[in-house]
Amino acid sequence: MAEMWINMGPQHPMTHGLWNLRIKVDGEIIVDSEPVIGYLHRGWEKMVEDRLYPQIIPMADRLCYGSSFSWSHVYCMAVEDLMGIEVPERAQYIRAMSDELQRIGNHLMWLGAIGPDLGNLTIFLYALRERELFLDLFTSLCGARMTYNYCRIGGVRNGPPPNWERDLVRTLDYFEKRMDEYEDLVDRNALFRMRMEGLSYLSGKEAVNLGVTGPSLRGSGVKYDIRHNDPYEIYDELDWHMCVRDEGDVYARYRVRMDEMRMSVQIVRDILKKMPKSGPIRVKPPREAPVGTGMARIEDPRGESLMYVVGDGTDKPYRLSVRSPLFVILSAAPAMLNGNRIADVPSIMGMLDVCMGETDR
Amino acid sequence: MEENTIYTVEQVKDRIAQEFPTEVKFDTKVKPRRLFMSADKEILFKLCTLLKDQLGFDHCSLVSGVDWTDRFQTVYHISSFSNNITVEIVVDLPHDNPEVDSITPLWGGANWHERETYDMFGIIFKGHPNLKRLLLPEDYTFFPLRKDFEVGGL
Amino acid sequence: MDLSLYPQAMAMSAKEFVDWSRGVMDDLARTTGVKKAVDKIADPFINWGVRNSIYPLHFGIACCALEMAACSSPRYDNERLGMVFRSSPRQTDVLLVNGWVTHKLRPALRRLYEQMPEPKWVIAMGECAISGGPWYDSYNTVQGVDSFIPVDVYIPGCPPRPEAMIDGFLKLHTKIKNSKIGTFMDD
Repeated sequence: MAEMWINMGPQHPMTHGLWNLRIKVDGEIIVDSEPVIGYLHRGWEKMVEDRLYPQIIPMADRLCYGSSFSWSHVYCMAVEDLMGIEVPERAQYIRAMSDELQRIGNHLMWLGAIGPDLGNLTIFLYALRERELFLDLFTSLCGARMTYNYCRIGGVRNGPPPNWERDLVRTLDYFEKRMDEYEDLVDRNALFRMRMEGLSYLSGKEAVNLGVTGPSLRGSGVKYDIRHNDPYEIYDELDWHMCVRDEGDVYARYRVRMDEMRMSVQIVRDILKKMPKSGPIRVKPPREAPVGTGMARIEDPRGESLMYVVGDGTDKPYRLSVRSPLFVILSAAPAMLNGNRIADVPSIMGMLDVCMGETDR
Repeated sequence: MEENTIYTVEQVKDRIAQEFPTEVKFDTKVKPRRLFMSADKEILFKLCTLLKDQLGFDHCSLVSGVDWTDRFQTVYHISSFSNNITVEIVVDLPHDNPEVDSITPLWGGANWHERETYDMFGIIFKGHPNLKRLLLPEDYTFFPLRKDFEVGGL
Repeated sequence: MDLSLYPQAMAMSAKEFVDWSRGVMDDLARTTGVKKAVDKIADPFINWGVRNSIYPLHFGIACCALEMAACSSPRYDNERLGMVFRSSPRQTDVLLVNGWVTHKLRPALRRLYEQMPEPKWVIAMGECAISGGPWYDSYNTVQGVDSFIPVDVYIPGCPPRPEAMIDGFLKLHTKIKNSKIGTFMDD
């Protein structure tokens, strides 16, 4: 049978972002694959060497626009590690709460994107409608729908406005009822299950060696979550548990994200009970950073994100290095694709929740 | 790699100091669950093999480079899932001949990180299976993140 | 060659015949007022049809693409304006550029534009497509998409709200309304 290379991308409705997946097919079976990235490379790490430290926060937002709060969060944590600043307790609670709300928003966008890929067009409308409720919460908190510019070195910009907590509790109650409907719509659909179960098995050991992190790793049975194993902010004082599945196939990765959405709702409710009602939310950082290095890692909705900053005594960073979780997961794509059919590619690639802004930087 | 012992930061530090008494120097920073060190480039592969096989470090988080104008540096962040420790290793390279051993045979997660560091800085990783440009188009001849590459402003 | 004096047709090459017959029909339609009547009746309908069924290309580059997706959500529904996103450039009317364009993407984008059939329009959405945006000193971005593609409507914002995107499309409606797209034999 003749073998040939096929280009899927860069303009392709499956790719959710601009990258090229070259697959080598033998009839209908995929024999080899090679992702080609770089269509969105804007030289982020070079541009930040010419900006002041606070000017980089909106740039970090635009690294991955689907989960923009977590990127400015990890940047602020890395610079606070470099400068040796301690963030006040109320700001830590607000940051963790915004992180979890961002996680729900990101997973809803993912759910809305994979639905049409697999033939379920209704879930796109439902997921985006709920996401608008969470974006309304963020708009009243910091003024923007998507790239917030809310985190600051030393805390957050402002506290929640009046009645915000009442709106938050109402949204969470409404959302939990709706989650039951969505699980009914998707999980009890025989075609959807058939397209996801038993597909693209990745064992735990292989996933760890290839550098896969996040929901894809927990879907292969490895119990590792940075919020639990390497806690930052106030996650070690909250009452929650990790969502892990053992099967290692596409359905397990899908289920881990749905469970994480419910777990985020539980975490936010716990934070509302334990957050101090008043207190400072911001500490003023120095203008110039000391000579040295700083590092921070958090659990992004897609995996482990890490930032490494080198300071040289001036008010601009000398080097800022970014670890994006999807960069590594895409390099592990050949291990997940080989042996499957072309028609399975949207299902496998969609479950990885690709966002090219952080991969190409 | 089959041991189930849990190591603390102090035990890892003592074990490394025992194997490489002169080539590895530890930094004085103390943070929970972190260990900072700098190593010579000749023993890097042996150090990483020790970390992976005997101390349970099974995940490579980040491989990146820094251009100090008189030397290059590669920075490795390696984590252990079972011990919850992250290790930071800094390796100095000469400026006119930046070459270092690749750790891709140990951890597949370092594959694209090393390709990107080559793309941005020009650091050669010996033993890498496929060292080509990743983010920039193939026919570019410059290395953008070096300090002598100027970019324009407004 | 004045053929009105010789009703028995003489030999002509094929190209000469096509040009002559086109000229005859053109003159007939203009002088007898048929063109004016047909234009007056058909032009409003065709124009209404074209501007109320604009099919953009399913092409999302960066952050503004999420606002484009939110525009299809039930709250800001853009399908009521007739916009159905198509996957292949050969079936679309509008190229919506929503993100920064790098040197690697530039030939692909130009090829997409050339694959679209006439009549076509281009909308530049967001600061990055209009002028390079926050990445003004990057070594790998194109400072403004109108340096290699002609742009009709600019939608500012970083990212523009979905209402702003709908407003941009309504401005495109106004532009189409003022153009003579439904007339015929108007070359």
